[in-house]
This record gives sequence, structure tokens and C-alpha cells, in this order.
Amino acid sequence: MIRLEHITKTFTTKKGKVEALRDVSLEVRQGEIFGIIGYSGAGKSTLIRCVNLLEKPTSGKVIIHDQDCTSYTEKQLSAVRKKIGMIFQSFHLLKTATVYDNIAIPLRLTGYSKEEIRRRIDKYVRIVGLEDKLDAYPRQLSGGQQQRVAIARALVHEPELLLCDEATSSLDPETTDSILELLMEINRELGITILLITHEMHVIQKICDRVAVMESGQIVEQGQVVDLFTRPQHPTTKKFVRSLYRDDLQEEFLTSLRRTGDVFRLTFVGDCANEPLLAELSVQLNVRPNILAGQIVQLKNASFGILVIHLPGDQVQLNEAREFLASRGVMVERMGIA
Amino acid sequence: MSFFETRMPYIWKALVETLQMLGTSLLFSILIGLPLGILLILTNKGGPLSNRFIYETLNVIINIIRSIPFIILLFFILPFTKLIVGTTIGVKGVIVPLVVYASPYVARIMETALLEVDRGVVEAYRAMGISMRQIIWNVMLREARPSIISGLTIATVSLLGATAMAGLVGAGGLGDLAYRFGHLRYEVDVMYVTVGILILLVQGIQTLGNRLVARFKK
Repeated sequence: MIRLEHITKTFTTKKGKVEALRDVSLEVRQGEIFGIIGYSGAGKSTLIRCVNLLEKPTSGKVIIHDQDCTSYTEKQLSAVRKKIGMIFQSFHLLKTATVYDNIAIPLRLTGYSKEEIRRRIDKYVRIVGLEDKLDAYPRQLSGGQQQRVAIARALVHEPELLLCDEATSSLDPETTDSILELLMEINRELGITILLITHEMHVIQKICDRVAVMESGQIVEQGQVVDLFTRPQHPTTKKFVRSLYRDDLQEEFLTSLRRTGDVFRLTFVGDCANEPLLAELSVQLNVRPNILAGQIVQLKNASFGILVIHLPGDQVQLNEAREFLASRGVMVERMGIA
Repeated sequence: MSFFETRMPYIWKALVETLQMLGTSLLFSILIGLPLGILLILTNKGGPLSNRFIYETLNVIINIIRSIPFIILLFFILPFTKLIVGTTIGVKGVIVPLVVYASPYVARIMETALLEVDRGVVEAYRAMGISMRQIIWNVMLREARPSIISGLTIATVSLLGATAMAGLVGAGGLGDLAYRFGHLRYEVDVMYVTVGILILLVQGIQTLGNRLVARFKK
């Protein structure tokens, strides 16, 4: 539904030109939750603002529903933006207005009737779970509740796409999870496509279908979340994936283990996770794996297991064992140093 | 005849003149200062109509006018006053310099108050497809209301101080009364009463301002 084609964005500052985006292309499909992850300064904020053209790309095209919107006038853009909701890290609510007015004012300015406004607010406030807070002011609410107001404010316009600009980054872990649940529910029940940017791998893990990794203004890797989690290629992607489960070993420990064999990280995805492969390994090849660490990573649509094992034996035995595991669909990596 | 019977009519007349000067000049200062303040915000660096030339020109003009003490301004712009209202004396003649004096002040108050408004909220409304014109009225001015009112309260009090000089062009008012009776005729009673009224006026303006700020702040 949204295609970004070869987007570049250059800012001119006193210190010279800054290339915030360098030839970024991506497609967000109808109904999915697409995540863009990157460290701060990677250009993801600029990128998400290009989608509703709050930021005009220096070159490249923003295509929404097969319409090239890049050179739309403010007036045409205003119609496009009404179909695209947006929520932010710091909520951006009116301090001087109640929850009800915060949701109602944009609707009034868009020209909806009083009855329609009331009807929509009733409906969406229930979805975000703030029925009893309509008369409260933002400062009387917690961060999570304020974000819910912002979500309701976006939903009442009944958008097709919701842009989330670090929407959970200022919330505590528990509240983050509750907001992520809500976003998933909105995506599932209302069929709203979601494009989010974040620096937290946890957000990608929990709710995204597909993900793009950004670094210095470029997308360095993109694909299905499960693929990126289990087979990260780019160093930045690897760093993000490793940030979820720290299983690196201390150098001395690793060196001492390597005297008698080698240490591997095994990743089990799909069917191979259901078979007793390590037991078969010891029976068939007569090696005795020692499990050092292990865990299961739950993604939105899949889960996979990780085991860190020590395999004793010489190089020939180790190669045999690696081949055996690889032939059964397990990904085997030699462990590095922390 | 008692003090009240002989002097009260003068005091009453002076009070009415002061309130006329204050009310009218405040009204026009807001009418001129408010759009100027918005223009400053819009043309400032990073504003939606960013225009260095307009911003800097306005900025310099405002600073120049604000550098001139009111008593000088009053005489300095006599020809201009004559051109606008056809006279340079009386209440009518002092309104013009008062407005010229207060408008840049009000423009600065508006600019400062509007600058305080969270840019993120403006961005959120832009993202909802709401026009800049609507955002100025419904988001920026709305959110800035408490700061605008507390700024205007200060402006009103200093405008009240400026009206005291109006006597110089025969516009009367409380300041002039206190000066003529208290200083020139040594009728200190009149001066005390006048000063008392001025104190009450300032207190009243400040209290009203504070109440409005509290109401809009919520």
C-alpha cells in the first residue's frame, strides 16, 4: 500500500550537508506490521516523516495506493494525511484540553458533525480502554494512558495506516507491552496497517511481521522477522539480535573449552526444534554435547530455540557433527568472544 | 463643602478617562500585536513561512520602538498621531502613542508565549491533515492562552503606568490628576485617593489575570 522508492534526504546545516537518508526503498504491505529499527541518528525518524510527507524527500518517490504523492500540494496532502494516523514518543497532546477534547478537536476541525464525533469517540475510547477518563487532563494521566489517548485520537479518523514514531520508547517495560498488545489488536481487529520505528529489538520481536534495519541513512537489511532473527547478515542486525539474548562467553572460559573441542551456537527453527537432535548426535557420532546455555525466543508468528553447546573431539569429529546438525536444518555457528 | 463633594467629580472623571485610555489602547494593541506575534513565529527560522527578511525587519522595528521611553514617544510621533486621529490632544490624541507603545510589547508577549507551545503538538496536527491556519487558532493560540494572558496582565499594568503621562497632552486620567492636585496644588488628599485607586486597579487587573490563567491552564 505504501512504497518508498529511492528516497534521499539531505539537510543543509551550518556545518555542511547531512545526508539523513541515502537511497531508501521499501514497501509496506496492506495489513502487516512493518518495523524499522536503528540506533538514534540512523535516519528512521526522517524516514517515517517522509511517508506522510511531513518531510519532503530531496529525491525519490512516495507512492501511496499507486499514487505518487511526492509532489502533492499542501491541500492534496491534507486529504492523504487524514488516512494516515500518527503517534509519537512524547504523545503530543494538548495540555489545556480534556481527553475528550483532545480527541474531538481534530475531528471538529475536519468538519465532522457533533453526533458523529460523539459516536466515534465512544467507539474508539472503548477500544483503547479509557471510557472513564474522558474528563481528565493529560497531566493527570500516566504515560501509557496518554499514549492511549493519542492512539484514540489517531483511530477516530479511521485511518488505513498508523505510523508509530518510537511510540513506546518513553514507557516502562510493562506499559510498553500493554501498548504493543493494543497495537496488535488494532492491526488485527480493525485491519489497520502499521509502520513503526524503534530502537528496541523487543518491539520488533513482539509485534512485527517484517523488519528493516537502518544505519547511517540506509537500509542495510530487511525481511521477515524470523529470518532476520535467525540468520542476521549485517553486523548491525547481528548486534540488535544479540541484544535480546546475551550468550557470549568470556574469553578465558572459551579458550579453556576449546582445548578439548569447540563451542557452537545452534539455532533451531521450525520442525527441527521438535526432534531430539542432540541425543541422536551422541548416539550416531558418539560425541557428547555439553549444553552451556539455552533459550526459546518467541516472535509474533514463530518461535525458535537457541542452544550454546560444547562439543568435545578433534577437528574431524567436529566437522562431522556440524554436518550432521546442518543436514537436519539446524544453524550452527562457531561461538565468538564476548 | 466636604472633600468628597468637591473633589469626587474630578476623581470620577479621571478614572473614566484612565479606563477609556487603558481599554481602547489595550484593545488596539492586541489587535495589532497578536498578528505581529504570529507573523514573528511564522517567519522565524524553522517556522512554516520562514522568511529571514520579514522576520529581521519586524524584529528591528519592534526593538526600536521598545527602546523609546513613552514620554519621548508621545511627542516624537505627534505628526503621525495627527494623521491617524486628526488631533494630538485629549484622550483621542493619546490613544495612538499608547497603541504604538504597547503593540510591539504585545507582539513580543505573543511571540514568547507561542514559542513555548510544544512543536510536537503542531506536528501531530499537521500529520492529521489540519491546515496551518487552523493549527494557529486551535492549537497554538489555545495552548499559549495561559502565557498570553499572564503576559497581557503585565502589559496592562505597564500601560496603566503610561497613561499617567497622558496629562501632558491634556488627556487627563488618574495620573494627571494626582500630579496636578497632589504636586502642583499640594492637595495631598486627592493624591492619596488617586494613588489608592491606582493600587486597587493594579490589584484588580493582576487578580483577574491570575484567575484567567488558572482557568485556562487546568
